[in-house]
Amino acid sequence: MRYPWFRLGVFILIAAWPLYWVYQAWIFALGPDPGKVLLIRLGLGALVLLLVTLGMTPLQRLTGWSGWLIVRRQLGLWCFAYATLHLVAYLFFVLGLDFNQLGVELRKRPYVIVGALAWLVLLALAITSNRASQRKLGKRWRLLHKFVYLVLGLALLHFLWVVRADWEEWAIYAGAGGLLMLCRVPVVARLLKRPSRKRDISRTSA
Amino acid sequence: MIIKVPPASACREFEVTPEATYLSRRALMGGVAALAAASALPAWAAGEAPRYEGVEAGAPPAWLQAKLGQVRWQAVTAPGEAITPYKDATHYNNFYEFGTDKSDPAENAASLKTQPWSVVIEGEVAKPGTYALEDVVKPHELEERIYRLRCVEAWSMVIPWLGFPLADLLKRVEPTSKARYVRFETLQDPASMPGQRSSFSYIRWPYEEGLRLDEAMHPLTLMAVGMYGRELPNQNGAPLRLVVPWKYGFKSIKSIVKISLVAEQPSTTWQSIAPQEYGFYANVNPQVDHPRWTQARERRLPSGLFAPNVRETQMFNGYAEEVASLYAGLDLRKNY
Repeated sequence: MRYPWFRLGVFILIAAWPLYWVYQAWIFALGPDPGKVLLIRLGLGALVLLLVTLGMTPLQRLTGWSGWLIVRRQLGLWCFAYATLHLVAYLFFVLGLDFNQLGVELRKRPYVIVGALAWLVLLALAITSNRASQRKLGKRWRLLHKFVYLVLGLALLHFLWVVRADWEEWAIYAGAGGLLMLCRVPVVARLLKRPSRKRDISRTSA
Repeated sequence: MIIKVPPASACREFEVTPEATYLSRRALMGGVAALAAASALPAWAAGEAPRYEGVEAGAPPAWLQAKLGQVRWQAVTAPGEAITPYKDATHYNNFYEFGTDKSDPAENAASLKTQPWSVVIEGEVAKPGTYALEDVVKPHELEERIYRLRCVEAWSMVIPWLGFPLADLLKRVEPTSKARYVRFETLQDPASMPGQRSSFSYIRWPYEEGLRLDEAMHPLTLMAVGMYGRELPNQNGAPLRLVVPWKYGFKSIKSIVKISLVAEQPSTTWQSIAPQEYGFYANVNPQVDHPRWTQARERRLPSGLFAPNVRETQMFNGYAEEVASLYAGLDLRKNY
């Protein structure tokens, strides 16, 4: 296994946040409505992790370091884990585990529907994230995992529909997402790769 | 593992006021009464001793200080309700002029300058004018009213306000026969209100709200200048705000600088941003959902992480007996 310490570091860093938040809630540091705060932080956390995951390929191209690609799957799975905790927080704190109400919400509220769709796609990606699935699905695996771009779109829409008065924060996340998608346009992707090569050449000639 | 789910209405142990606190409040009131009887009440005495636990000492302006000795304490109570801790009522606020996070107002509202403060009263009144705040409040006896506050976002609190009925103020300025609605406006001052400087806001400032004249004249409708026995903290709408307990919280406009009596229904901020989500009436109504969430239940704050304090929302926030008659014959599904 390459870069074991880097992988472990990433694991600990991301695992620590939800534990820290629950601890904060425990000591009443999250205010009078800790469930809502947790819900929002987990949702934003999942979105940030999605953006970070999507940032690994461009980073690898820019820097030429393969470590970025090695943690990509782990990051994607963490995104799914946060999204799942976000869902659990919603069921527990917002619905009070009233599953009849969940049926109503899933029929009536577009942002809930979009969020649920995004989670289902993430679930499919998480289930097929192992080597066995890769081998079994072959070429279709790549196609399936391109659906992560759909998740980004759904997640941003889910977020926008929750905004009530000021969309500045949303615009920052959407801007980051747009930039990462731009990196996938073939012309831009090639441009990203070039400077790193030049640097390599200049280094060897120096 | 045994998971115990108590009924929403059950009081938990931490909600019970300690006996010592309860008794000491009585002792304090007795003491205050005795002092008042001896008419030896120095101006600072009533303001210094906090009536509620955990209240930050205020610095009441002179006009309020002069009135704190004669407040009718607990003129309206909320039987069976536990008062929300002061810290929560002052650090979990929607006051978008100071930011959209619940903690933003407490962090940013120190920049609000509440002295001097004047209120423009205009429109269909016999006595329009620009009144200094102390002149607005001076003729009125302050009373304490403990009201439930239900936010449209499905959380709620119980808050002891200090104020006087809006009806008394309106009577003083003598609405004309053409006056049918009251329009209110919050201060617009981007220099002290960072939320008004955001270029991503859907809100067109200043914040505006309105009531039908009969709603404004209703005895429950309060103009508040204080809470928890002290002046209003800035983040709660200092120095003068509206409190309409049977409507969603956004109707209870903060930091009022203008009151206009008008003939036509005024436009209101939330209604103008999203008319399908927020109506002019905005009466608390568990049967009419907000399009994005249910209004059937509410989280009474503080709501614990592992013991969410979720309860059924009451029609007109529990004030149906007093206010339902205002809406006789009105389709509350259409007029939400």
